[in-house]
Amino acid sequence: MSDFEPKIVAFFCNWCTYGAADLAGVSRLDYPPNFRVVRLPCTGRLNPKFIMEAFKRGADGVWVSGCHPGDCHYIAGNYYARRKFILLHQLLESVGVDPNRLRFSWISSAEANKFQAMAKDVVENVKACGPNQSFRKEELNLGLAEVA
Amino acid sequence: MPQLSEITGKIRESAKKLLTSGQADVVIGYRQGTVPMATAPFFARTPEDCDQLVWSNFARVNLANYLSGRPGKVALVAKGCDARSAVGQVTENQILKDNLYLIGVPCTGMIDNNLVVAKEPRPISEVTETTDEAITVKGNGFSTDIKKEDVLRRNCKTCVNRTPKLANELVGPEVNGAAADDYADIKALLGKSLEERMAYFKDLIKDCLRCYACRNACPLCYCPICFVDETRPQWLGKSTDAMDTMTFHLLRGLHCAGRCTSCGACETACPVNIKVREFNRIMELTVQSNWQYEPGMSWDQKPPLTMFQTDDTADFIK
Repeated sequence: MSDFEPKIVAFFCNWCTYGAADLAGVSRLDYPPNFRVVRLPCTGRLNPKFIMEAFKRGADGVWVSGCHPGDCHYIAGNYYARRKFILLHQLLESVGVDPNRLRFSWISSAEANKFQAMAKDVVENVKACGPNQSFRKEELNLGLAEVA
Repeated sequence: MPQLSEITGKIRESAKKLLTSGQADVVIGYRQGTVPMATAPFFARTPEDCDQLVWSNFARVNLANYLSGRPGKVALVAKGCDARSAVGQVTENQILKDNLYLIGVPCTGMIDNNLVVAKEPRPISEVTETTDEAITVKGNGFSTDIKKEDVLRRNCKTCVNRTPKLANELVGPEVNGAAADDYADIKALLGKSLEERMAYFKDLIKDCLRCYACRNACPLCYCPICFVDETRPQWLGKSTDAMDTMTFHLLRGLHCAGRCTSCGACETACPVNIKVREFNRIMELTVQSNWQYEPGMSWDQKPPLTMFQTDDTADFIK
């Protein structure tokens, strides 16, 4: 398990966490490269479908991060998002998805250090969960490997 | 203990009055089904039509399903849960309150056909019901009396809102439901380990055909294009892949959060008897414990996901 490198899908708000990732980059703060970032205009844009799709396609973890409450570029997008997160978090945990696979965080564009720490923490947590085997779509096996 | 014929009479009387006075263009109610232990939705448009309306222990369909986007003035025969769904349709701007007339029927619960068949496995060709407490099923050479409380649907057993309090009129004496739903089953489930829960839910939906009967029966599902039918991007495959099915049920549960009135239409519609309300109940419990919100209890309440509090607690967000 030690050489398991998880794949994590990260949904970042353009106005804060995406900026924090940028700042962490220019500040030469190193963090693990296990996540692929999808840039959103706001966490309010996040549809629970996106998270399900990520898991379905084999992501080992999902990380959603946006602006601190009260700091939304669109005034209230993250407040609405927070209510959705509460439901989604509860639902996925209830059906047996390890909560360590799913992370929500608030990181402003000035918090490069928080971003670095959070990135390390997310990857560590997902690593501890191991590969996502129970909550993904089986790859279609047509038996073509033998033919080719 | 009201006679069913008495309630039927009052529904017909009220429906005729509404149609002749022009207060309603159509009365949506139930008529006798063509097979035993069934009713069918019925749209009465003339006073003569009204004589087909009935009340039964098998009026399981939630007729609020027909409200969204319906033009004209509509009267609806509604049980406690259906009335709440109808109020939900108003709060979600699917129909104007002024165009809606609720003929409320205080309900003592509806019968689950599967439980009847479990008690009387021989083929049933006829059912007689005179009161809302018992039925008699008959077949080739047998006649069995069954008490309704033994064959009630799951959601009817724990029903809190049996009397449609917000209805324009009631056609029977008020019925008191359970004091409160304690969600004991869901809480017990949540006490189990992650692996046990995953196994439970995978087993729960393993027979699902994804026929979407639960969606079609649900008064909450009125999106012009459901996410399961979207093709660009396509969120769900067309096969009965286990993960696609899980995604469907999880997202359906999420979409019903803070809106489900536990009418049980989805479970009744399911051809393979999946307890699809498990997902809804997790969400209802979460909504109630976080925001103390119960859908369909007043005309002017705002659905919880269309609003927020600046101090909503979400400790899991770091």
